[in-house]
Amino acid sequence: MPTPTPQPERENYLNKHYGVWSWLLTTDHKRIALLYLISITFFFFIGGFFALLIRLELLTPAGDLVQADTYNKLFTMHGMVMVFFFLIPSIPAVLGNFLVPLMIGAKDLAFPRINLLSWYLYIIGGAMMLHCMLTGGVDTGWTFYAPFATNFTNTKIVEAALAIFVAGFSSILTGLNFVVTIHRMRAPGMTWSRLPLFIWAHYATSIIQLLGTPVIAVTIVLVAAERSLHLGIFDPKLGGDPLLFQHLFWFYSHPAVYIMILPAMGVVTEIIACFSRKRIFGYSFVAFSSIAIAVFGFLVWAHHMFVAGMSVYAALVFSLLSYAVAIPSAIKVFNWTATLYKGSIHYDAPMLYAFGFLGLFTIGGLTGLFLAALGIDVHVTDTYFVVAHFHYIMVGGAVMGYLGGMHFWWPKISGKLYPEGWARLAALIVFIGFNLTFFPQFLLGYMGMPRRYYDYSHMPEFQVLNVLSTAGATVLGVGYLLPMIYFLWSMRYGKPAPDNPWNAAGLEWKTASPPPTFNFDEEPVVTWEAYNYDELDAPHDDAPRSKEVPVAR
Amino acid sequence: MTLPAARRSPLPDSSTAAGVHGDTHTGAHNPALLHHFAEPQQQRDAASLGMWVFLATEVMFFGGLFCAYLVYRRLYFGDFAAASKTINMGLGATNTAVLICSSLTVVLAVWAAQTARRTLLIVSLIITMLLGVVFLGIKGIEYAEKFEEHHVPGASFSFKNVPIPGHPGQFADPHHAQLFFSLYFVMTGLHALHMIIGLGIFLWLLTMAWKGRFTPEWHTPVEIGGLYWHFVDIIWIYLFPLLYLIDRHP
Repeated sequence: MPTPTPQPERENYLNKHYGVWSWLLTTDHKRIALLYLISITFFFFIGGFFALLIRLELLTPAGDLVQADTYNKLFTMHGMVMVFFFLIPSIPAVLGNFLVPLMIGAKDLAFPRINLLSWYLYIIGGAMMLHCMLTGGVDTGWTFYAPFATNFTNTKIVEAALAIFVAGFSSILTGLNFVVTIHRMRAPGMTWSRLPLFIWAHYATSIIQLLGTPVIAVTIVLVAAERSLHLGIFDPKLGGDPLLFQHLFWFYSHPAVYIMILPAMGVVTEIIACFSRKRIFGYSFVAFSSIAIAVFGFLVWAHHMFVAGMSVYAALVFSLLSYAVAIPSAIKVFNWTATLYKGSIHYDAPMLYAFGFLGLFTIGGLTGLFLAALGIDVHVTDTYFVVAHFHYIMVGGAVMGYLGGMHFWWPKISGKLYPEGWARLAALIVFIGFNLTFFPQFLLGYMGMPRRYYDYSHMPEFQVLNVLSTAGATVLGVGYLLPMIYFLWSMRYGKPAPDNPWNAAGLEWKTASPPPTFNFDEEPVVTWEAYNYDELDAPHDDAPRSKEVPVAR
Repeated sequence: MTLPAARRSPLPDSSTAAGVHGDTHTGAHNPALLHHFAEPQQQRDAASLGMWVFLATEVMFFGGLFCAYLVYRRLYFGDFAAASKTINMGLGATNTAVLICSSLTVVLAVWAAQTARRTLLIVSLIITMLLGVVFLGIKGIEYAEKFEEHHVPGASFSFKNVPIPGHPGQFADPHHAQLFFSLYFVMTGLHALHMIIGLGIFLWLLTMAWKGRFTPEWHTPVEIGGLYWHFVDIIWIYLFPLLYLIDRHP
């Protein structure tokens, strides 16, 4: 039961206004972050439901639960929903929206109304996608390759593509807001070299959102025009080039992977520094490796097309560049590890997720190098090896980072503490469930099981590993439900959170939990370096510290 | 940083304006300073950077189309040249001149806003919009020509026996010519859409200028609206030679 607090509750962004319209018309970045949180959670469970059906179908070799057409739609909608309506907005639109102004000491993002517009665009795109699903869905795979998608499938490709088009502008506007905010809204003293690395990661992410998303947008325009008018832009029968579609598609969709993983890297950096009570090792290397990933990320797209009939010289170059992306990624992993070294490590739930991220991202990244190697790629293209690889990055990496971040900042967002025991249990369940789901898929893929098959009755030897994978998916599902339940529980019954429950560095912890509407009662002035955990943990220096801290009361 | 003395509002009490979300033009402080900015300079910089960043996304948006154009132009050069010969270079060149003139009037508008010349500002905005309408009208005439010649891609497209320039006796492949016209209509169509959005922005600027909202201290919308207009002009400067001047020789 919540104990009544002696002093009246402070005014904050949650209790300042009440009513539906105070939420639907809000321009407060923190409220918009919560709107996003609710919306992407909704789509996460829809996408998860499709995943569950896919795994149930693959429990037995025969195609017995669903028919081929339905199965095609299941994996297509799973991919489209998870990529465009969960993963891409996940950390930037929820945690980024909430934290970017707080971390740099601003009252709001630079363009609050554009921020609200971006949420409405997301909702419009989401509604179109829902309508598309309910009236038949799409069966092309989330990549909607031409000419199948443009000339042959009789499913609702145009509607789905337009849904992605609209949601894409939501993503562009979020990125635009972040770039301008980070450039122009930093508090006095918040120099670039004092920025939390979460901010650097979001800056890099925003660059990709800004420069990549318009390309998929115009590709979708061409697909819609081609499909409705049969122009022949991607139809080889009419002189068009289907490879051009793949180039344009992956020019966005490969960097999109970095839209998902870079923010998670930012989250993990914050968590690792806090729970090992150390300054991050090699601050500028971690910061610039984010930028390097964003830049290199634009130069590797054609490694998705090694077997598509591309020139072998182009393939060689793209293979080499794909290897190059591993360098900044490895810089990050080594710097995190070096931060842990001789740190005073605390195994709280956010840190467990960060550890999970470290291991799973490393596996996902290294198997990515297998796929960047031309010879191995030819062997495992379109097998479960690829499926396992990108789930290790997107789920093992991005979702672990997202959950870790949600736990880390939940006290700040909600003003309540979540139950730590349950959270640690959930982190463990997610980690075990994830590996049980996806590690068997590496083996399946390497042994030759193709992706997108609903019936593998001619290769029944694959059933054992598929049963393991389905069992793991069930465990994983429980692991994902748990945080949702105890987060909701904590909003009502959780203990009130102090302003800085982790004794963490960073401006967001120097204001109230939850923060007031304009974040800081007086404009903060930053006089310390990022991750000054040595100063925070120095004994008996409470007095000087509280002097320089702008506290919202 | 000194705050500008742009107190234009009749409201005497400055305390009423604090914390108003969104449109604060009725506020008694600097009418345009939004609550989350510390000072007008910061707000100006943010708006200006925001427009530049947005234009970067626009470059990538059209970039995908330019990429597709370059691929097919290289593959089917002769067919593209033949198709390009059938669009009206005179009208295209006129439109280029119209847009360059409109860029001049946009610059005049920005200068007028900076130097508090309200009449010149309003006149420049109106001329800019008129030039924009002229551009769209000429574009409409061109589209109508193409429609009558059955050069609009789709079921009724026809491009028979059109010779390839420089290759006597050879005729353009209608499929490849259709690719050219597909790209022509998508690229100029999206450009025209941007022009229409630009006209909407300028209509709003005009009403603001009419009400005397812009001051030398605060005229950011004129500046960033002008940036947008220049960008749309520049896109046309690239579209014109790429689409109209393939394999043309004096």
